[in-house]
Amino acid sequence: MFDVLTDKFTSVFRSLSGKGKISEENIRDAMREVRTALLEADVNLKVVNDFCEHVIQKAIGQEVIKSLQPAQLMVKIVNDELVNLMGPVDTTIYTVSPGPTVIMMCGLQGSGKTTTCGKLALFLRKKGHQPMLAAVDLQRPAAVEQLRTLGQQTQTPVYADDSRVASHGQVAPGAAVAVARAAVQEAKRQGRDILILDTAGRLAIDHELMQELKDVHDAVQPHQIFLVLDAMTGQDAVNSAKAFNEKLELDGLVLTKFDSDTRGGALLSAKMVTGKPVKFLGVGEKLENLEEFRPEGVASRILGMGDIVGLVEEAHKQFDMEQQAKLAEKMEKGEFTLDDFIGQMTQIRKLGPMGKILGMIPGMSELAKNVNMNGEGVESHMGRMQAIYNSMTRVERKKPDLIDAPRRRRIARGAGVDPNDVSQFLKQFEMSRNMMRAVGGMNMLSRMKLMRGLMSGNLGAIAQPGANLLKTKRSGWQEKKDRNRKGKKR
Amino acid sequence: MSFFAKTLDRLKGALKKTADVLNTDVRTLFVPGRQIDEAFLNEIEEKFIRADMGVKNAEMIVGAIRDRWRLGRIRNAVEAREVVKEMMLRDWPVEEREIRFASSGPTVIMVAGVNGAGKTTSIAKLANLLKNRSGKSVLLAAGDTFRAAAVEQLTIWSQRLGIEIVKHKQGADPAAVAFDACEAAKARGIDVVIVDTAGRLHTQAHLMRELQKIRDVIAKRIEGAPHEVLLVLDATTGQNGVRQAKSFTDAVQVTGLMLAKLDGTAKGGVVMTIKDELSIPVKFIGIGETPDDIESFDPKRFVDALFQDDSPK
Repeated sequence: MFDVLTDKFTSVFRSLSGKGKISEENIRDAMREVRTALLEADVNLKVVNDFCEHVIQKAIGQEVIKSLQPAQLMVKIVNDELVNLMGPVDTTIYTVSPGPTVIMMCGLQGSGKTTTCGKLALFLRKKGHQPMLAAVDLQRPAAVEQLRTLGQQTQTPVYADDSRVASHGQVAPGAAVAVARAAVQEAKRQGRDILILDTAGRLAIDHELMQELKDVHDAVQPHQIFLVLDAMTGQDAVNSAKAFNEKLELDGLVLTKFDSDTRGGALLSAKMVTGKPVKFLGVGEKLENLEEFRPEGVASRILGMGDIVGLVEEAHKQFDMEQQAKLAEKMEKGEFTLDDFIGQMTQIRKLGPMGKILGMIPGMSELAKNVNMNGEGVESHMGRMQAIYNSMTRVERKKPDLIDAPRRRRIARGAGVDPNDVSQFLKQFEMSRNMMRAVGGMNMLSRMKLMRGLMSGNLGAIAQPGANLLKTKRSGWQEKKDRNRKGKKR
Repeated sequence: MSFFAKTLDRLKGALKKTADVLNTDVRTLFVPGRQIDEAFLNEIEEKFIRADMGVKNAEMIVGAIRDRWRLGRIRNAVEAREVVKEMMLRDWPVEEREIRFASSGPTVIMVAGVNGAGKTTSIAKLANLLKNRSGKSVLLAAGDTFRAAAVEQLTIWSQRLGIEIVKHKQGADPAAVAFDACEAAKARGIDVVIVDTAGRLHTQAHLMRELQKIRDVIAKRIEGAPHEVLLVLDATTGQNGVRQAKSFTDAVQVTGLMLAKLDGTAKGGVVMTIKDELSIPVKFIGIGETPDDIESFDPKRFVDALFQDDSPK
């Protein structure tokens, strides 16, 4: 499954075949690749070195040397160890009774604290809690306003004291403490069971601001302290995580901006240096985009190997299975309409940007390169198809044959595309429909051949065959096995 | 002009907090009399990786030292330092690191970046610099209509700095804000328009297209605009910074970087990789929390400051 790394290991070990012995030295050589992969993912240097040494010891202990498939075994050890390091997983938010449970959020400037406070409030509300937000960030202009807006969006009351806000960047001493204290009283009075404190962002080396945080901590004795950390952070992640942990003794970590294409080494660094569990990942701009942490996908992501588990889970979450079953039935009968075509496409798009989907499939990013079609290209292509479809009348959607030149021009104008694009879209649909009819009466081998043809021609085919994504993927795997077998014969 | 003619001392002073860290980190390596050996080379590599310069860059610099050392051309740490300097300065793009002003009419500076990079604060600093050090009239365009209270945040800055601002309500079309700002600048004879944009992850295709649209609208209203597209990069960013720079350049042709939050413990070494791969110059650095804490970036002085012999004050 972990193609890239396996290949690298294989090549290292292959050069030894014939000599019959794999020494500790060879394992060390192979681990260089892992080291580079981890460093490129921004895992802290010391963490990387410790990790590699640990894996080497483990590998020697497990006698990779005698293993028939040393490369695969090494990859497994590396992955397992990474997952191990990121555990134990504990995403529980501990509450006290009587309430309110006070959760203090801290972090560097721009890490996403305030947004995360809003997301957490929504998350807790959905779990049946009655959270309250408190604006203890008196430093950043309009931070209080931002929290108020988030409060409205999540239907969470917000405690704020505008008279305490720093008018010219200088917070009065003790103001943050006073606001935090008053917030606890207010939460008690209103009978809220959880109070989330949004504190001012600061630099780890700014002693004055760190002291303010400490003062707030000492004054209200929060039950949980979470550090919010930008997942795109580089080597510095360790410094800030350490500084915050030493000053406040953290209870958990929240990694934000995990929906970017960062490999997210900061997560591992922060986890290792603090020893505190990762609670949540921020995975989008919307307030519901807060995920409970699960280490498996992150391990392969850090190693640059995609997240197939995540993709399958996502697919299950997003795909309407009932609709899929109905569609399969229709396909067998050869009744595949434009509505179905667009419906399928919409389902795939629900999974997220095409680039993100491709990134989750091991080896897929390479494939995308080969067929000269990157995720963004597919994405905008699908967007155009949707626009064309939207500009068609209901009748036209049922009977695309009706579309003549004037209709085509009208549709093109409506969709903001060239009339040619409309023709092409209809042609693509026509092809898909014909294929669906053909597939209906095909055996597995023929289907595979068909898939292969599509894959080599155009990755956009993923969106077209109308087959559901899982089916497409299975075909991809089959194809690969097939290729391996041929290779052996030669 | 005025801020470009800065003395080395000034830059050093401005970089103080960072330089302290950098100096103690890198400089202890180059103790006079220390001979080059493998342990020394490993140490150098580690320091560079820790500064987020990337494995490739670190290996390249260390490789160059190792080559010369093996050939017998250099022997000790001081000589190695010269190699490091040479390597780090090599290939820096020669484009001027000042703002490119329009020959006539308003100059438009578009500012973009990922969420939380420090765009709004950087804009305040830039506006302050242009107004107070260069004597320009400045107009801000509150183009971050997405994030809660972003417009308020910029408005507060505009009041503090005594600078005009064009704003719409939250949720408005940012391109429309840019449009109005351009029109206002032309009508009022403003020198520089700084257009704020909402923070966006470079992986969000639709948001990158929105950015393109803002750029297009600006280009249509004022010829030759935007004259600068500055990408604000958080100095704590790791290797992902390269991808950010690449995606934003693909979308809106970034002309320069603004390295924000260089006042922490982070060193922003990723700009080395961005320089190597994309030839985008760093134009400004943010080095503190007040509007005055902005400096123009000069790689030579930056490296000089890194390797100054006197101990950190």
